[in-house]
Amino acid sequence: MNDIIKPENLVYQKSKILHEKAFHYCPGCGHSTAHRILAEVIEEMGIEETTLGVCPVGCSVFAYHYLNVDMQQAAHGRATAIATAMKRLFPDHFVFTYQGDGDLAAIGTAETIHACNRGENFTIIFINNGIYGMTGGQMAPTTLPGMKSSTCPYGRDTSIMGNPLKITEMVATLPGTYYVTRQAVHTPAAVRKCKKALRKAFESQKLKKGTSFVEIVSNCNSGWKMKPVESNKWMEENMFPFFPLGDIKVPQE
Amino acid sequence: MEELRLMKGNDAIAEAAIRAGADGYFGYPITPQSEILETLMVLEPWKTTSMVVLQAESEVSAINMVYGGGGCGKKVLTTSSSPGISLMQEGISYMAGAEIPCLLVNVVRGGPGLGTIQPSQADYFQACKGGGHGDYKLIVLAPSSVQEMADFVELGFDLAFKYRTPALILSDGAIGQMMEKVMLKEQKPRWTEAEIRKNNPWATTGRGPNRNQNLLTSLELDSAVQEQVNIRLQAKYKKMQENEVRFEAIQCDDADYIFVAFGLTARICQKSLALAREKGIKVGLLRPITLFPFPEKQLADLSKKVKGMLVVEMNAGQMIEDVKLSVNCNVKVEHFGRLGGIIPSPNEILEALENKIIGGK
Repeated sequence: MNDIIKPENLVYQKSKILHEKAFHYCPGCGHSTAHRILAEVIEEMGIEETTLGVCPVGCSVFAYHYLNVDMQQAAHGRATAIATAMKRLFPDHFVFTYQGDGDLAAIGTAETIHACNRGENFTIIFINNGIYGMTGGQMAPTTLPGMKSSTCPYGRDTSIMGNPLKITEMVATLPGTYYVTRQAVHTPAAVRKCKKALRKAFESQKLKKGTSFVEIVSNCNSGWKMKPVESNKWMEENMFPFFPLGDIKVPQE
Repeated sequence: MEELRLMKGNDAIAEAAIRAGADGYFGYPITPQSEILETLMVLEPWKTTSMVVLQAESEVSAINMVYGGGGCGKKVLTTSSSPGISLMQEGISYMAGAEIPCLLVNVVRGGPGLGTIQPSQADYFQACKGGGHGDYKLIVLAPSSVQEMADFVELGFDLAFKYRTPALILSDGAIGQMMEKVMLKEQKPRWTEAEIRKNNPWATTGRGPNRNQNLLTSLELDSAVQEQVNIRLQAKYKKMQENEVRFEAIQCDDADYIFVAFGLTARICQKSLALAREKGIKVGLLRPITLFPFPEKQLADLSKKVKGMLVVEMNAGQMIEDVKLSVNCNVKVEHFGRLGGIIPSPNEILEALENKIIGGK
């Protein structure tokens, strides 16, 4: 055994951009994986000294406890307004927001749409799990029709509560967005694809051609009241048909 | 270089911001202060000093852009008028909590609600008593001339960065719109990135090679730690109270009666004072320039020497509460105000002094 554990045999390790701190996320939640690949992208690009992040109000409010880059904590929904100023005042830095569905697609809809429409040259990472996780499982703008939550306990009745918002498709129609994609992190293959998408989004900031937007459809096993494996299966069967994975807008080169 | 110009108060804010070396302006149009954004767009400072100017989609967005820019250690400002400033209160509270410096300008109009576009001082409470949620104070500067509109931009930035807190210029629609001569200061260079890192070691400028992560947040789940945050903030406000009180005392030395007024009404009271002295009534004027910190001590001292004080405001009686707390019942204090965007005349102020203070019971 001791013959194997040698530096030259190292094939994988925790990113240096992650603090030595255990994630507070529920076991099985996609946030931890999304944080890890985001940290890896920053490390692999060697941009940790010029990266500025904005974390939202929501489960990922403490993202700054894990990602070792300079970060600002936003008021609920306002991350893209904050990032707008950061990027315009530090145009050669790499700037990202990390936001959930309630933050980005409900209370922050105006900020999201207008930042994308202005083509602000930063990366938006949008975790869509169809529910308000931190406040205990209320209906989100992306809660599916018929899906149960604590504020639609009998299932989302679209005749009363309206329809889920496909905000990623919306921002893809705006001239200001440069790269828009929808990914997931529930399988090793999906994680690899998602990491590639994040890398592409960060790389595109160098081109200064507009907003890069990466939605990650994720599970919320606690909020959905399911076991982690069960929640991933439910996500594949229910979330993915409504929020299909893949690139929505790719740069025309 | 220095330059003498005839200009509107709003335009003076825009000119002074560029000359003070501001890094960014983020705003949303609202009467009676839209000239500030308009003037900046005409001057195009991004071509000269590289200052960023951006019209936001709302005041909510504008104030959060200011949060982001101030958090980067940059000199950023936003300006608005009463309803817009109400929309910004959430962001202002977050900045007070995260200790982010910035400059805010409220060119006040009459309220509540959509109210009127005419000048008012009805936002004194909002400016001085918190405005948003939580225990916090802003540094509040009250200009009474176009010259002070210009001068307080640089002063506001200096105080905001000295104390890591938002500073607010509380003006009104008349001072914003009226034209006066103003001496504009010479162009100050913007801070270089090295200066920002040196002056603001707390700012999110990117970790760089030599330091750990910087975080700006107002969130603390542990109430014992949050209490310490509050205690630290209160200590900061106490320090402002001790060191930053600014006021103007006009003919107070021999006065039997005192007008207490800020901003535009202080200008009008100067005329009322002259009219009173023509009639042989010895009146002085105490003009608070900082509304927070408030000149408590100066008013307390005056209260031992005079027979009465008339607080003149374009509101239903707001600053009078701070005056009364300062004089602690030592002397009679009455209020005279006009509401709804009406500017009081010098004669009606003098009449109010005669009726409410001199002849009053």
